[in-house]
Amino acid sequence: MTLEELNLNDYVTIVNVSGDLTIKRRLLDLGFIPGEEVKCVLVSPFHDPKAYLVHGNVIALRGVDAKNVEVVK
Amino acid sequence: MKRIDVALIGTPNVGKSTIYNTLTKNHEHTGNWSGKTVSVSTGECAYEDTLYTFYDLPGTYSLISKSKEEVVATDFILFHKFDVAVVVCDATSLEKGINLVLQTKEICKNVVVCINLVDEAKKKGICIDYKILEERLDSPVVLTSARENIGLKELLVAIKNSKGLNYLDIDYGVLNGSIRSISKEIKTNEFNSKWIAIKMLENNTYYLDKFRELGVIEGIEVPKLDVDVNLEVVLKFAKKTKEILKDIIIFKKANYDARERKIDHILTSKIWGIPIMLISLFVVFYLTIIGANYPSDWLFQFFSFLEGPITHVLEFIHLPSVFIDLLVNGVYKTLYWVVSVMMPPMLIFFPLFTFLEDLGVLPRIAFNMDKAFSKCRACGKQALTMCMGIGCNAVGVTGARIIDSKRERIIAILTNIFMPCNGKFPSLIAIITMFFVGLDHAWGSLLCALVLTGFIFLGIVFTFLVSFVLSKTILKGEPSSFTLELPPYRMPKIKDTIIYSVKNRAIFVLGRAVKVAIPAGVLIWVIANVKIGGISVLNHLVSILNPVGVILGLDGVIILALLLGFPANEIVIPIMLMGYLSTNTLVELDNLTVLKDLFVSHGWTIKTALCFIILFLYRFPCSTTLLTIHKETGSKFYTFLSVIIPLSIGVILCLIVDFIFP
Repeated sequence: MTLEELNLNDYVTIVNVSGDLTIKRRLLDLGFIPGEEVKCVLVSPFHDPKAYLVHGNVIALRGVDAKNVEVVK
Repeated sequence: MKRIDVALIGTPNVGKSTIYNTLTKNHEHTGNWSGKTVSVSTGECAYEDTLYTFYDLPGTYSLISKSKEEVVATDFILFHKFDVAVVVCDATSLEKGINLVLQTKEICKNVVVCINLVDEAKKKGICIDYKILEERLDSPVVLTSARENIGLKELLVAIKNSKGLNYLDIDYGVLNGSIRSISKEIKTNEFNSKWIAIKMLENNTYYLDKFRELGVIEGIEVPKLDVDVNLEVVLKFAKKTKEILKDIIIFKKANYDARERKIDHILTSKIWGIPIMLISLFVVFYLTIIGANYPSDWLFQFFSFLEGPITHVLEFIHLPSVFIDLLVNGVYKTLYWVVSVMMPPMLIFFPLFTFLEDLGVLPRIAFNMDKAFSKCRACGKQALTMCMGIGCNAVGVTGARIIDSKRERIIAILTNIFMPCNGKFPSLIAIITMFFVGLDHAWGSLLCALVLTGFIFLGIVFTFLVSFVLSKTILKGEPSSFTLELPPYRMPKIKDTIIYSVKNRAIFVLGRAVKVAIPAGVLIWVIANVKIGGISVLNHLVSILNPVGVILGLDGVIILALLLGFPANEIVIPIMLMGYLSTNTLVELDNLTVLKDLFVSHGWTIKTALCFIILFLYRFPCSTTLLTIHKETGSKFYTFLSVIIPLSIGVILCLIVDFIFP
């Protein structure tokens, strides 16, 4: 599954980060790194974007971008 | 005196700017946004026998990637001469910071690690074994709490005593072989050849060009590898960070961020998120309008009282009377008019707004609103530039810097004018009260606020509409990625907030307004006082403009006032009165009943009022904003667009109104 599909308070581990170079680098920079644990901590009123706790920071991502992060429960 | 040059590096939101400000007393702003410090600022600080020069680099998540801030930071560390690099980390989320420390240690030998916000970490029950951390990092570690001014002297001492000798040597696994063979051929003493080798393997054209220019990497063959080099590098740094932090952080409270998450859930909840947001903005605007009234009056009375003495002084030095009239009734009057109506709202609005910003509320607003903007292929952060626009469009335009993608930034800049700025509010309120609500209505001010809200809402509709059309036409493109850090809520330091917002926002706007008010004052005076064929230029212009006015449901005086009000929206109605009363200087009328009678006697109806409001809202940005747009976009074309888009919408709306109510 991908990060986009997470519901509130779901806790997962990142397996892979894909996508074009710009977004991939951005995601890696922000701490979305394979092996890292992520929790979905906030969902915005219109369901998109969602915010994730990773590396001790809360980062908001749009669904289209979050799709690039493959995760397992 | 010994001199030491220090580069300050850090991820966004770690209080790097606070450290810089406290040490250099320069009062650069503490920012919640990445990219707020886009360039490098410099400040000095003397302690004991040493003079420290600090270079505040833009906040950056890494030195590996390519975004604007990262390139600025990396370039500085690589190519600028300095003695010590201080990497500022956040004690409450250490991983991010340590990762940056490691990356810095790979390109810079002498690194001091400053762990900031230790008080906050303590409150959250986070314990870190700093002794072991120091050993593992092989760099001095200093604990600070810059907001409370704790640990900064120790930081200065550590900087002075720090002697880094070696680059960090990371184990790159599968890449090791290729890195070794390339770096052997690199001719440099100045840079870490291993780092250059990695850039070559990554095929990072930007740095390849730089090093080629320096003659460091000539004639070196780069093997093609079957691995994603960038990902490998990121993974290796993440692994090393984990090793370093292993077993040295203890969370004493299991749910150390529970309170924060709770506030977040309310602020972004489906039911409460948007209403809370609107209410807090409403409170800010309400306080601004109400609070600005009295100081505006005082300033106005004070400055107009000075008219007499100034005239006397000018007479005393025997200036020709025409000249005195030009200076006093033209320049001085326009100038103080603009200042006294503009300054108080700015001094109230911007500190309040900056307070919300520093508190961490604004990123949540962007988070809540992003969906709507993404539908228009724009960026959620545009919601914030819109809010700033209500304070002042020029500030809204500058604020668009927080948007990373150029395309989306320009959309935010071009549509900012659809948010009516503070300066338009008093005039709007007067017209709405006189023509839409009625003067003696029991619920007058409430109804007036509702109508005003309606017009702001219309502005929001246009913002979305124009953003959408622009991103389908001139500024075509897919929405770029939206990544936004939601920083922890932090109580801002009130003093810093006020100093920053007054210095960087209010004074900035006022300064530009004053620059334009002076020539505008001359122009208005000349138009009102120079006579051709016994009739003033003003009246000539009014009769020339009258046909245009009639088509738009207005008259020549109104059109002229809208044109001459270019330097500041606040002087549109005074110019109109000048035209109607045939005076030769700006006029104020406090009494709305008298004002309404005057307007009605010149043929005003509800339709005139409506058309005036439309054109007043959508004509062109005021000169201050226009200058700012030109500066921010660096393009005549976009500046032109910023005029033509609102103007054509305003004209079309007026024609429609005229068509419906002939």
